[in-house]
Amino acid sequence: MKRNAAAFGAGALFALGLAISGMTKPSKIMGFLDIAGHWDASLAFVMLGAIAVHFVAYRVIIRRSAPLFDTKFHVPTRKDIEPRLVLGAALFGVGWALGGFCPGPGLVAAGGGSLHAAVFLIGMTLGMLVEHVAARAVDRPKAA
Amino acid sequence: MNDFTPIPAFVGGALIGLAASLLLLTHGKIAGISGLYGGLLRRGTSDRAFRFWFLAGLIVAGGLVRVTFPAAFASSWSATLPVVLVAGLLVGFGTQLGNGCTSGHGVCGISRLSVRSLIATATFMLTGFATVFIVRHLIEGVR
Repeated sequence: MKRNAAAFGAGALFALGLAISGMTKPSKIMGFLDIAGHWDASLAFVMLGAIAVHFVAYRVIIRRSAPLFDTKFHVPTRKDIEPRLVLGAALFGVGWALGGFCPGPGLVAAGGGSLHAAVFLIGMTLGMLVEHVAARAVDRPKAA
Repeated sequence: MNDFTPIPAFVGGALIGLAASLLLLTHGKIAGISGLYGGLLRRGTSDRAFRFWFLAGLIVAGGLVRVTFPAAFASSWSATLPVVLVAGLLVGFGTQLGNGCTSGHGVCGISRLSVRSLIATATFMLTGFATVFIVRHLIEGVR
């Protein structure tokens, strides 16, 4: 119960941050990505604010022997740079720039009743399922 | 047209960082939205409950924001629905192949100074800039 409430609260706080920062509006994303147009640097300030807080908090929290509701931390430790990391990020960037949505704002805007966000999520879900099937077909081990 | 809004951007960003920290403190997990969502679509994911409730928090809060602060969704631009669908396909496929998106790589990974996340973030920023340049200035600009 407490576990699920904490997860729900973290998700809701995340959504509030996206809404306050304007990231739930595709026009703000496009304003940032359009460097040759009327450039809007707001997204960089969102990243700065988020990283400033999490950079410090991460270092404080990770010193604990365990999180509150689990026996250990689940933090990625991989350091290898494989082609699929770069290719995946590259494709993500193209999709982000075509629709003006990334996964977080897509979910928040869909919750806010946006038809565009709902259609984006349908595409995103299909894209993920295709990747999962493709990954199984090539039989390569997946990182969690 | 958008105005540069550094203060709400920074404050909202700080809340995002706080939310990621809360998830780390309580569940020991990374607040990477594409990873959390993608895990729910896989068979054999053991930690479904926290993924479900975190994503439910995002969606429900979106509904509350709509009621209390509708301007948060007043976008002055939107893609056509077919383009949005294709955008979703690319985002879904790309984030699963590359293990993350703006939150997991861009916020959480960079905060940990993960080299993988720094490279992923630089990559999706670059292809994002290039895509908008091509669509807005080369294709639409010529019309």
